[in-house]
Amino acid sequence: MISDFESMTTIEEDEIYKENILDHYKHPRNFGNLKNYTFKSKEFNPVCGDEIEMFIRFEDGKIIEAKFIGRGCAISQASVSMLTDYLEGKTLKQVKSLSKEDILDMLGIQIGIVRMNCALLPLKALHSGVEEYER
Amino acid sequence: MKTKQLLNLEKIRKDFPILSTKVNGQPLVYLDNAATTQKPEIVIQSINDFYTKYNANVHRGIHKLSETATFHFELAHKKVSEFINADFEEVVFTRGTTESLNLLTYSLGSELKTGDEVVLTVMEHHSNLVPWQQMAKKIGFKLKFIGITSDGRLDMNQAKRLITENTKIVSVVHISNAIGTVNPVKELVDLAHKVGAVIVVDAAQSVPHMAIDVRELDCDFLVFSGHKMLGPTGIGVLYGKRKLLEKMQPFLYGGNMINEVKLEDSTWADLPWKFEAGTPNIAGTIGLGVAVGYLKNIGMKNIEAYEKELSKYAYEQLGKIKGVTIYGPKDERSCVLSFNVDGIHPHDMSTLLDRDGVAVRGGHHCAMPLMKELDVSGTVRASFYFYNTFEEIDKLVESVIKSRKVFGYD
Repeated sequence: MISDFESMTTIEEDEIYKENILDHYKHPRNFGNLKNYTFKSKEFNPVCGDEIEMFIRFEDGKIIEAKFIGRGCAISQASVSMLTDYLEGKTLKQVKSLSKEDILDMLGIQIGIVRMNCALLPLKALHSGVEEYER
Repeated sequence: MKTKQLLNLEKIRKDFPILSTKVNGQPLVYLDNAATTQKPEIVIQSINDFYTKYNANVHRGIHKLSETATFHFELAHKKVSEFINADFEEVVFTRGTTESLNLLTYSLGSELKTGDEVVLTVMEHHSNLVPWQQMAKKIGFKLKFIGITSDGRLDMNQAKRLITENTKIVSVVHISNAIGTVNPVKELVDLAHKVGAVIVVDAAQSVPHMAIDVRELDCDFLVFSGHKMLGPTGIGVLYGKRKLLEKMQPFLYGGNMINEVKLEDSTWADLPWKFEAGTPNIAGTIGLGVAVGYLKNIGMKNIEAYEKELSKYAYEQLGKIKGVTIYGPKDERSCVLSFNVDGIHPHDMSTLLDRDGVAVRGGHHCAMPLMKELDVSGTVRASFYFYNTFEEIDKLVESVIKSRKVFGYD
């Protein structure tokens, strides 16, 4: 049992701080406020203090701009940086169908149970923003 | 180093089975003792003994097993009382510091009136803040907070201004779990008593690390947890002066805490059982009794002296690393070292240290208001116990340096 646990954590941690993750963390894409947003959404992770606010602008049913502000760990910040990059040109339907697996694919690293919330915080913000917007 | 010989580390470490395990292929360097400490074999064994040899309910059955269980249960009570120099009747066992504080908030706080004031500090653990906050809303008493100086000590000038005739309760943390500041509790006890207020001391981080004498301290209440001092989880202590405990209403009602029950009304059992409703955590109590015995054998003065040297060394070594900020005062600190490294989030740092087998905590340490005061979202916290070695500090330092390289900082 113990050896299983050990090998599991070793694999995930070794892969975590890849160059592109650190690059997105240090040089986040789409960082900043968006004044003429269609909707915005904020999420906070009380466990580690990660904070993300996303601003999305739609035109003709497609996202034409996605920006964010926030602070947090490398995983959460890289995740939101990559996600905002990805969002451009996507429809509302596409955004809604984004899953946990899509985010993990985007990050390209193995995330353990402890850091999963960090990785998924941006998606949570995005989805709750969409939900609010549609209401 | 002279103090290194204060304790026989080689022998001590052998008493803790977990200290020889590996994490991520590396020898475990366990520096998360402010969260919980590891357990010596004899504590683990005592819990096992209870369940395998004499498991029975206490204070009930007129049979041999129950008698044995009751004997060991009450013996643990006695050992813990003596450990802090309290009377047997003055030590109530709870689930932990959090429950002890909730008990006090409920029993003391519900007697307050609108206009009364309770003085806390901005450094409190959430468990000594949230209960008061919620009770204040219900009763209408006022909360006041002693702030901190720029180096993370309590602002005692402000304390003198805030503790007034309106103050009915002062509840303060002895040692900050988040930044390690040792607060001048004796001074606060005097300030509270001068205005006729009672004082509660959250000693969760002090009782495990230094000799505490409640008579000498003269505090009215003192609370701590078993699992932060080699004991099992789910067991903790509420000390209260006898005359105050006698006056207080119980917090939990039910079996064991009653004297006589009629359909319309009941009377309460004698202290300390008045505050221990239901079947207690017998194994936990016995385990804590054994833990206290272990600590006593080593000697709290020895532990305190050794840890002081260890912390000083860690403070110096860690402080030398580029980009490291250590929070809290340089002196007047316990073995909790809270720090940040420029450009690396505490959670990333914890993950990176964990890779090297070094277990620390990253986050707000259940002290969000204090983090706000320090203007950080969280910190990395390395917290030591007497079984940690100077070599382990070196390993921590090495690993922090390595982590900076992983993030591409020179």
